[in-house]
Amino acid sequence: MSELNNFMIEIKDLHASIGDIPILKGINLSVNFGEIHAIMGPNGSGKSTLANVIAGRPGYEITRGSIIYQGEKINEFLPEDRARKGIFLAFQYPVELPGVRTWQFLKAAFDSVRKEKGLKELSIREFDKLLEEHRQAVEMDPDLVKRSVNEGFSGGEKKRNEILQLALLDPTLALLDETDSGLDIDALRIVSEGVNVFKNPNKSILIVTHYQRILDYIKPDYVHVLMDGSIVKSGTSELALELEEKGYEWIKESMSDGS
Amino acid sequence: MTDQEVISRKTGVQDKQYKWGFEFDIDSENAPKGLTKDTVRFISNKKNEPDWMLNWRLKAFELWETKQESSAPDWANVTFPEIDFQNIIYYAAPKSKDDSPKSLEEVDPELIEAFNKLGIPLEEQKKLSGVAIDAVLDSVSVATTYKEQLKSAGVIFCPISEAVQKYPDLVKKYLGSVVPYSDNFYATLNSAVFSDGSFVYVPPGVRCPMELMTYFRINEADSGQFERTLIIADEGSYVSYLEGCTAPMRKTHQLHAAVVELVALKNAEIKYSTLQNWYPGDKDGNGGVYNFVTKRGAARGENSKISWTQVETGSAITWKYPSVILQGDNSTGEFYSVALVNNYQQADTGTKMIHIGKNTKSTIIAKGISAGKAQNTYRGQVSIMPSATNAKNFTQCDSLLIGDECGAHTVPYIEVRNPSAKMGHEATTSKVNDDQLFYLQQRGIDLEEANYMIINGFCRGIFKELPFEFAMEASQLLRVSLEGTVG
Repeated sequence: MSELNNFMIEIKDLHASIGDIPILKGINLSVNFGEIHAIMGPNGSGKSTLANVIAGRPGYEITRGSIIYQGEKINEFLPEDRARKGIFLAFQYPVELPGVRTWQFLKAAFDSVRKEKGLKELSIREFDKLLEEHRQAVEMDPDLVKRSVNEGFSGGEKKRNEILQLALLDPTLALLDETDSGLDIDALRIVSEGVNVFKNPNKSILIVTHYQRILDYIKPDYVHVLMDGSIVKSGTSELALELEEKGYEWIKESMSDGS
Repeated sequence: MTDQEVISRKTGVQDKQYKWGFEFDIDSENAPKGLTKDTVRFISNKKNEPDWMLNWRLKAFELWETKQESSAPDWANVTFPEIDFQNIIYYAAPKSKDDSPKSLEEVDPELIEAFNKLGIPLEEQKKLSGVAIDAVLDSVSVATTYKEQLKSAGVIFCPISEAVQKYPDLVKKYLGSVVPYSDNFYATLNSAVFSDGSFVYVPPGVRCPMELMTYFRINEADSGQFERTLIIADEGSYVSYLEGCTAPMRKTHQLHAAVVELVALKNAEIKYSTLQNWYPGDKDGNGGVYNFVTKRGAARGENSKISWTQVETGSAITWKYPSVILQGDNSTGEFYSVALVNNYQQADTGTKMIHIGKNTKSTIIAKGISAGKAQNTYRGQVSIMPSATNAKNFTQCDSLLIGDECGAHTVPYIEVRNPSAKMGHEATTSKVNDDQLFYLQQRGIDLEEANYMIINGFCRGIFKELPFEFAMEASQLLRVSLEGTVG
């Protein structure tokens, strides 16, 4: 935890482009330790881009502004270094890795994150025990651990696998990119429980979502509405309900009213 | 870290990948450069061969003399300057080997140390458990481990030069029966000058109690290696055989022209695995081994099976098509291959499956990985002869490209002369995907490791065909060969 300020992450005047196309146009956002923030907005508003830029995805270029994570500017950090420092992105579309066994992948990720924390490597037995606990928590089929990463997994299984990784790697900042999309009600409950178990005063969560639905399960402290690359409105969880009821058009209208 | 790696790091980063590039300081006795009838006699004489063996060599030599290099196979997708066959040393032997040692105790300790350095322990107390090893340095076999245990099972595993002396009837019956000396330019050359290699005979009904391995090493500068391997699995027997190979880093090219013949009789099975790691040349394409090899198996008996698994990461040029002639009814042929090329390496490799017997079945799974400026070609032939009723073949060729200066090519030849045949062919080409890399990086895995994991995953189906320890080694070889291909 940083002694310099109280923020988990502080985003200042962030501009980012994909190729020549500007997507983020001056984002300002500060998240305290222990807080859950939801980023909502219509398709194409830049929500997912924000999560990916924080995680350092190649191809997303920061053109102005800064991302300060626990007091350290991370604009130029490699994605793997951000991950090791505790930034975790739950992917909207988890990729398939043919031939890479899920167990082997989880162990490699677990070892590298643990190494950064200065913790000793777990024996295979200890690791298996830990993995088994987390697997049961997300009710993932035990066979999937033996299979190639995400290969032939259903949409729900892929998302559970993301939450399993969240629990296992135990990061400090979780970015959930449309984690609720494509989930049935049971899977949504399981995934949300996983996130709620993860939540504590030393962790922060940024939930990127189009729909209010997941926020019934994971209650945000703040809700921000992103439109055309900027945050146009911020509020408490009440705002999400209002959006659900009135739609994003309502914000546009209220903006043009000058409010 | 070995001393060698330290040295390599000092002399240049690009060569640190090839950690087997040191040469041994061992006295050797060589034939003069060049190839004449006298060279053939010299080699035969060195090995105290009987007349029938010498005469076979001389017939091959006479045929080779009439062949011009222009008759060497030229259809492969590889380019190299003409080879000066008179500038090659055809026989190089460690001096102490003149009187062949009767047991490991008599083997020159320096040789044992040399093989230790390669990770191939030959001493009694350090032997790899469950693996019998025949170590071949340049032109001669220097040691074979576990001789006694194999003997009690009735399995013969010895240098082919020893088999010529001790088991002439078996050698006479089978040598050249799968790859005749007239087969192709390089096979003819090999038949004239072959120096050593392994001989295996598994008697009827015996399941060979351990893996058999031959480790080939070229040490001498300007020498070629022309080994010959002959494996016979008699009725109802089983054997798993593995070969590994390395060579020092040299500025000039070295020629390796081997012949391997396998014979599986009724209900017998041979599993043949190769980890080929000859020196590939430096990053600018200087040096490296020309690996021009003829490998063929005859699944002669009913229900017999021959399975080739190869992991090819070395050599400047690889030209090799381990094949199976499916003669026996219900016989099976398999070919599993990973060929990785980097920098200026060229590989033209694949297989031939010739279906003759009824209900014969073949499977081909070839994975090609290209990086740097390298070219990788899969070339495969599947022939279904008129007699091969209900033959089945499945072929799958997958290519993976790293970077945009390399190439992958697939050249399948399919000949079907019996309408009952069932054929399947699948081919894919892909690049290592940025989304996959980012996914792994986002979990804390660095780019180079991420790349390796994806490529290792691509090869997994092949590695699982290897004996366990060698699957680990293959995976390690892949990692070393890929160093410097990302970032």
